[in-house]
Amino acid sequence: MFSEQSSSPTPGLSDNGSTVPDKYGAGPPPLTDTDLLEMYRTMVLSRKLDQRIWQMNRQGRAAIVASAQGHEAAQVGAIRALDPERDRFYIYYRELTTMLALGVTPLELLLGFLAKEGEPLSGARQFPLHGAIDRDRRDIVSFSNVVATQLPQAVGVALADKMRGEKRVTVAYFGDGASSMGETHEAMNFASIHRLPVIFFCENNKYAISVPISQQMNIESIATRASAYGMPGIEVNGFDAVAVYEAVGAAANLALSGQGPTLVEAVVERFLPHTSDDDDTRYRPPEDLEGIRDLDPIPATEKILRASGTLDDALNEEINSSAQKIVNQATEDAENAPFPEPQDFYEQVYAPGSPGDQS
Amino acid sequence: MAEMTVIEAVREALREEMERDPSVFTMGEDIGARGGVFLATEGLLDQFGPERVIDTPLAEAAIGGIALGAAVNGMRPVAEIEFGDFIWPAVNQIIGEAARVRYGTQGRRTAPLVLRVPYGGGVRGGLFHSQSIEVAFSHQPGLKVVAPATPYDAKGLLKSAIRDDDPVIFFEHKRTYRLVRGDVPEGDYTIPIGKADVKRTGTDLTVVSYGLVLHYCLEAAATLMEEGIDVEVIDLRTLRPLDTDTVLESVRKTSKAMVVHEDTKAGGIGGEIAAVIAEEAFEDLDAPVKRVAGPEVPAMPFSPLLEAEFMPSAEKITAEMRELAAY
Repeated sequence: MFSEQSSSPTPGLSDNGSTVPDKYGAGPPPLTDTDLLEMYRTMVLSRKLDQRIWQMNRQGRAAIVASAQGHEAAQVGAIRALDPERDRFYIYYRELTTMLALGVTPLELLLGFLAKEGEPLSGARQFPLHGAIDRDRRDIVSFSNVVATQLPQAVGVALADKMRGEKRVTVAYFGDGASSMGETHEAMNFASIHRLPVIFFCENNKYAISVPISQQMNIESIATRASAYGMPGIEVNGFDAVAVYEAVGAAANLALSGQGPTLVEAVVERFLPHTSDDDDTRYRPPEDLEGIRDLDPIPATEKILRASGTLDDALNEEINSSAQKIVNQATEDAENAPFPEPQDFYEQVYAPGSPGDQS
Repeated sequence: MAEMTVIEAVREALREEMERDPSVFTMGEDIGARGGVFLATEGLLDQFGPERVIDTPLAEAAIGGIALGAAVNGMRPVAEIEFGDFIWPAVNQIIGEAARVRYGTQGRRTAPLVLRVPYGGGVRGGLFHSQSIEVAFSHQPGLKVVAPATPYDAKGLLKSAIRDDDPVIFFEHKRTYRLVRGDVPEGDYTIPIGKADVKRTGTDLTVVSYGLVLHYCLEAAATLMEEGIDVEVIDLRTLRPLDTDTVLESVRKTSKAMVVHEDTKAGGIGGEIAAVIAEEAFEDLDAPVKRVAGPEVPAMPFSPLLEAEFMPSAEKITAEMRELAAY
C-alpha cells in the first residue's frame, strides 16, 4: 500500500487546498465558499469559547481545560467531510471544535466545564467533554482520559456496523501521544485485517504533554506507519481546513466503499499548554511557537474568504460579535445552573433492576 | 437430562445463544478452526461462519477493546481470553473502561459483553497457566463476576451472562473442564447471576467456596459426615455481586464459618466474606471465621509435588473443617 505526505509538515495554509493524491479515489465534493464560511463561523465560535473557558479556569471557576486552540481547522475540516447523523465519533479530550461542529451547544459544553447539572455527556460525573451524547441525537463517545483506549473501541464499533451491514464511518480521534500506545497498534492492525470502515484521525500537535515528538518517535510522519498495516496514510496540514476536509473525505469514501481504514494525520500546533494545570514554559522553548501564531488557521481562513469576496468587514464583525454574544449568554446560563445533587449518585452502576443495582 | 462436562456445557450455552440471538458473536485466539485451546468453541466456526466466530491476532488489549466497542454498538460479544494469565493487557479496557461505561455516561451507553476466562491450576500449568485472577475483577463496581463449578451452573450462568446488560467476566476453572461431569437439562434454562447455591445442606458448619475447590469441599464434607460432622457447603457461583444473604442465613444456622478458595489468602474473596460475616452475624458465631486459601507465593509452581503443595486439597480442607468443628 502507500502513504503520502500530502503537504508540508509545517502548518501553513496551502495555496490551493487540493492536497490529496488522486490514487485515494474520488474525493469529497468541492467545498463552496458558503461551506467554508460556515466552517469559519464554527472556528471563530470555538476560539472564543475556548478563550472564555481558559479565562474561567484562571478565575477559579472551571477546574480543568484542555484547549483546542490551534486544532480548530483540523477539527472543523474533518467533520465537514463526514455525516454527523450517519457516522460515529470516538473523540478525545481536545475536541471542542469537533463538538461544536457536531451540534453540541456552547451552553452544553460550558455546563461540562463548570460541572453543572444538565451536562449532556455524563451529568458532570466526568471531566469536561467526557461521556456520551444521547445516541439518538449523535453518536459521540469519549469514555476515558486514558489515551488510546478509544481506538480498539472504535474498531469494535465499526466491526458491529459491518456485521449488521450498516454503511457508516467510525472516526477514532487521537493525538501524537496516543500514537505510542500498544492499543493504537492493535486497533490499526485489526481494522486493516477486517477492512473495517474506520478513520484513524491523528491530531499531531508535536507534544505529549511535555515530551516533544523527537522523543516520542524516530520517524518524521505518523502517517507513514499506515503502510505497515496495509492501509493508506495521509499526512495533511492541519491548519488547512480544506486540505483536512479533502483527506478525511477521501478516507470516508474508502471506508464506505468497503476498502477499509485510513490513517489521517493532521499536523497542528498546540497554542497553549497541555491543560490548564500544565506550565509549558518549563519545557517549551519560546522560539518553538515563534511565527506559528502568524499561521493561525482562523485569520488564515479569514484571508481566503476575503480573497474570494465571501467575507467583508461587516460580515466578519457580525460573525465575531454574534459568536461573542453566544459565548457570553452561555456563560451566564451555565453559571446560573446548579451543581448536580447526589441523589442519582448510585444510579447506572448496573442496569436498573439487575443484580447489584443500588438505585 | 444429559450428563456432560463443564466444557461441553459452556459450548452448548454458547451455541444455543448464538442460535437464539444474531447479535451474539464470539472472538478470541485460536477459537476458529482450532475450536479454542480447550475446545470450548469446537464446531462453532462451521455452524456460524467466520463473521461470528472471529480468530483474533494475539492481542488481548484489542480483544477487550473491540469486544467493548461492539457491545456499546448493539452487539453481544463473547470474547475468550485464552488463559486468564494472559488477561492483563486487556485490563485497561475491562476494569478501566468497560466497568465505567454505564456510570460514566449516565446510562447513555452500556457494555453487554462477556469475557470468558479459563483460570486456575492443578493442570501442570506452572506460573503462567495456573493463576487465579478473579479477585482483581471482583473488586471493581460496574463489573459482574461469575465463577461456576458445575456443568449445570456453567450452562445456565453463561446464558444469563450473555443476556445481561452489563459486562460480565465469566471465570471457568480449567481443571473442572473435563474432570467435573453432571446432569444438564436439554434446551434453554438460565441461572440468575448474584445467587449462591447451597450445594450440600448441613447443620454444624458453613463452608463457602467456588470453582474447583468447591468439589474438594464437598468431598471433605462427605468424609466428615462419617465422623458425625454435618457440613453445609455453599457455592458462591457469582463473586460480584456477592449473595451475602445466603451466606449469612447459613452462618446464623450453623454458627461456624469457613471460606475456601484456591486463590491466595491476603486480600482475597475469603477476606470479604469473613468481613461480611463479622459485620452482620458476629453474635451468631461460636468460632472465628476460618480462611483456607492458596499460600502467599506469586503463583502455582510447575513440578507436581510443588503444585500439590499450593493447592488446597480435600485432605487439607478436611483437616481444617475438623478443627473448626471441634472449636
